[in-house]
Amino acid sequence: MSERALRIMLPLVVLALGVLVWDLVVRLNGIPPYILPGPGLVLATLVSDWSILWSSLLATLETTFEGLALAVIGGIGLAVLFNQSRWIERSLYPYAVILQVTPVVAIAPLLLIYLPQQGAVLACAWIVAFFPVLANTTLGLNSIDHNLADLLRLYGASRAQVLWELKLPSALPHMLAGIRIAGGLSLIGAVVAEIAAGSAGAGSGLAYRIAESGYRLNIPRMFAALLLLSIAGIVIFALLSALSQLALRRWHESAVTREA
Amino acid sequence: MTTHPAPVGNLVSLQGVGKAFATGTLALDGLSLDVRAGEFVSLLGPSGCGKSTALRIMAGLSEPSRGTVAWPGGGDARRRIGFVFQEPTLMPWATVARNVHLPFRIAGIGYAEAASRVNETLKRVGLADFADAYPRELSGGMKMRVSIARALVTEPRLLLMDEPFAALDEITRFRLNDDLVALWRELGMTVVFVTHSVFESVYLSQRVVVMTQRPGRVSAELAIEAPQRDARFRTSAEYAALCRVASDALAEAMSARTGAAA
Repeated sequence: MSERALRIMLPLVVLALGVLVWDLVVRLNGIPPYILPGPGLVLATLVSDWSILWSSLLATLETTFEGLALAVIGGIGLAVLFNQSRWIERSLYPYAVILQVTPVVAIAPLLLIYLPQQGAVLACAWIVAFFPVLANTTLGLNSIDHNLADLLRLYGASRAQVLWELKLPSALPHMLAGIRIAGGLSLIGAVVAEIAAGSAGAGSGLAYRIAESGYRLNIPRMFAALLLLSIAGIVIFALLSALSQLALRRWHESAVTREA
Repeated sequence: MTTHPAPVGNLVSLQGVGKAFATGTLALDGLSLDVRAGEFVSLLGPSGCGKSTALRIMAGLSEPSRGTVAWPGGGDARRRIGFVFQEPTLMPWATVARNVHLPFRIAGIGYAEAASRVNETLKRVGLADFADAYPRELSGGMKMRVSIARALVTEPRLLLMDEPFAALDEITRFRLNDDLVALWRELGMTVVFVTHSVFESVYLSQRVVVMTQRPGRVSAELAIEAPQRDARFRTSAEYAALCRVASDALAEAMSARTGAAA
């Protein structure tokens, strides 16, 4: 069997074994579904509750992608601004760090007081997602080839030209790495905010479904929603990885396939 | 040092140039050097003798702490400078053609407009077939050719080269040496070539300027009058004798370091 096939097969075998053990534990011990539902019941719930879960998934995904888009715009925009002016960077960077290190779970309830629910959820997704974009882009903008910078100076390049011709392309691999991290974090931010908002009762995202199902002891639906959230996270990561691969495949060592 | 009017025919003239860095390092002290229009001159010296600093000052990338840099022929030459670094210094995200197009792009000249110049220059350095390749797909010697093409594409009056072939293997270096001499003859530009290789400096230049160890200044000058630069010259007794003279001059420059600070 080729190595490539093994790489796909092995995790699947582990998955199948895990599901089998899970099923056996539930069956042999006669565990009731409100404590631990078997994998069959979770799948059946996923199918029977599909319309509710699907619309919730869409709501969460919408928040996630909006949060990610704002994080990318805000992160890159701030990084470029910081790069142009050391004083702006010195004035604002500490606050970016403070936003990052304060647990978003603790900020979410406050945001829910001051912002409409959808706005608060979006703000949470943005807060956790923008920092990796900002930090990575800043690093990228600063790690330019200084000889190239000298060359541009020799040819009389303007600040805008240095940014466009040298700094932004140099920063692209870092930027994409930051965006890949931000995708997962944006989902986490959306989920945290939905859970925090859940007690207010007006949410409709997947995390809200999980919280709601918990109150109703509808454990199979909790599992089904959790499964969907994981899949959503994996798909987001895969999409952003593919985007990064596509953008860098011709020139960056991280994306180039090497022949032995 | 008394200032005197630079003789006619000088492209750039350094008078008593000193350079102290913020760290306190004195890289150059009292460097006076006239570069004549159209000549190929090498700056030969040990590592850290300030030859690169001298080159950067000529390029306007660094300001001298003392002394003056004059352009007797006017400002035109000053604006038409090509620079080749020790590393190829290419943009890895751009194709060979886009890399060579860079100086035009900075000047606001689009690719379509500059394409014929870019292709012509690539042909000149033997890379006509690699216009669409990315730098990582090229060998070290080919990358250096791209770097030279980028420096030549704007038809500079003055080409400054900072140990451009130091990192290449000998076979590649010899070929690039030959090609560089041919390009210089063909294009009629002025070349200032920084190197720490005695053999390279003698092979390439009309004039070798030997520099003292830090702080750098001119220790000796050596005219190389051989008209032909080829494999025959490289193996000739004349070449060997010139190399020995240059070697001795370099050894003397290095031993004279204690007196250099005076």
